[in-house]
Amino acid sequence: MMKVEAIIRPERLDQVKKALEEKGFVGMTVCEVTGRGEQKGIKLQFRGRTMDVDLLPKIRIELIVKDEEVDSLIETISTAARTGRPGDGRIFVIPVARSVRVRTGEEVA
Amino acid sequence: MVLDSGDTAFILVATAMVMLMIPGVGLFYGGLVRKKDVVSMIGLSFLAMALVSVQWVLVGYSLSFGTDIAGFIGGLDFLGLRGVGMDAGDMTIPGLLFMAFQLMFAGITLAIITSAVAERVRIGSFIVFGILWTTLVYDPLAHWAWGGGWASQLGALDFAGGTVVHISSGFGALALALVIGKRIGFGDHDMEPHNIPMTMLGAALLWFGWFGFNAGSALAADGLAANAFVVTNTSAAAGALAWLFASWVKGKPSALGMVSGGIAGLVAITPAAGFVDVMSALVIGAVAGLLCYKALLFRVGKGLDESLDAWAVHGMGGLWGAIATGIFAIEAVGGYSGLLQGNVDQFVAQVIGAGAAVVYAFVVTYALAKIVDATMGLRVTEDEEYVGLDISQHGEKAYA
Repeated sequence: MMKVEAIIRPERLDQVKKALEEKGFVGMTVCEVTGRGEQKGIKLQFRGRTMDVDLLPKIRIELIVKDEEVDSLIETISTAARTGRPGDGRIFVIPVARSVRVRTGEEVA
Repeated sequence: MVLDSGDTAFILVATAMVMLMIPGVGLFYGGLVRKKDVVSMIGLSFLAMALVSVQWVLVGYSLSFGTDIAGFIGGLDFLGLRGVGMDAGDMTIPGLLFMAFQLMFAGITLAIITSAVAERVRIGSFIVFGILWTTLVYDPLAHWAWGGGWASQLGALDFAGGTVVHISSGFGALALALVIGKRIGFGDHDMEPHNIPMTMLGAALLWFGWFGFNAGSALAADGLAANAFVVTNTSAAAGALAWLFASWVKGKPSALGMVSGGIAGLVAITPAAGFVDVMSALVIGAVAGLLCYKALLFRVGKGLDESLDAWAVHGMGGLWGAIATGIFAIEAVGGYSGLLQGNVDQFVAQVIGAGAAVVYAFVVTYALAKIVDATMGLRVTEDEEYVGLDISQHGEKAYA
């Protein structure tokens, strides 16, 4: 069982959700975050000076899936979230020890 | 005439009420844009108020209300408010007060048009465009209707500015939107209002201030002002309910739609407030709510990014209101009769006056926008638009 954590552009969220639904990935947690990557944000030029816009709003989506679904999930998210410009985001895969459904108390494999 | 203290007190208050509508528009628009642009959006309304306040006392009042030149524009008799004083002249309120009341109308008109450039205009370009627009579009239109120009000579009626304020800014917004182009990503992804309560607050301030706008246009604390007050509220309510029910039929009853419908009703009754009665106001408001709702859907369907629907609500609402004045005017109210009382001439005058305003506002705004765009560029860069105008234009964040 793995947690796939994707940082994406906020405006791609709807596309990503749709793509995930089509592939059968329904359960997810979404939150608003701020961050930057190697580019260190966006540089604005203004009257000869540069202004650094350091931390930009992003969305983090988290899904817990079976090991064998991870590659398909990464592919689905990447394709839907990609614009080709710096700032498209990152995807991380983290092992999950256990998963328990609150309503029934049962372990989820 | 002699200065009347009741009239003067009332118009002083009405002027302040109309002033409040300017940041009211700002808040209305502010809630509709994304979080990253809210400071800039409300800021544009304040900026409009400040720019027009200066332009008006220097030259705008004179161009609007100075001695008529060829029915088109006023002269420079009142340049720098020369001759505009504390005495009442041939009114019952001081000349300075009449000027100040009119100033607020000019100010809110420029604020309304900011709808078309939301989230993408360069602030410097807006300043230049704004000063030119209020001088070359608003002032002539005000002169035509109220300053002794050709429209008033023709007999076209506009009690509080359906043509001068709403048709001008609404159809001006349409032209401006066509020139500046759509926001990046418009059509690709949702750009939802970030704060509907803020928009509702703006609508509340507008509804409140509109009593000053319409009732104040009686320029007296009298029965006509009371009539204007009542029909204003009635039309707003009818418009609100009409849009609410229309959105309900289509899906869920929209709270945002309801307040927008209220605005539509307020816009439509504006030219008619001193000429129609309360029963007509119910019809005028309800039709406005439905018509402006349809216009909005049409605009969205066309993929046009006239972002905050000044054209649908103010432009089309104002156009309907101007025509409705020609239908529903009753002699007992304001001394003029419309189609309902068998008078076709008034209706024709309304159509001509409104039609001319539509064409003039659209064409001149389009030309001005093109010129400013060619010389200064109306839009910010892609990166500036992406991070939001609050950061890129103002270096400020709305919410810490």
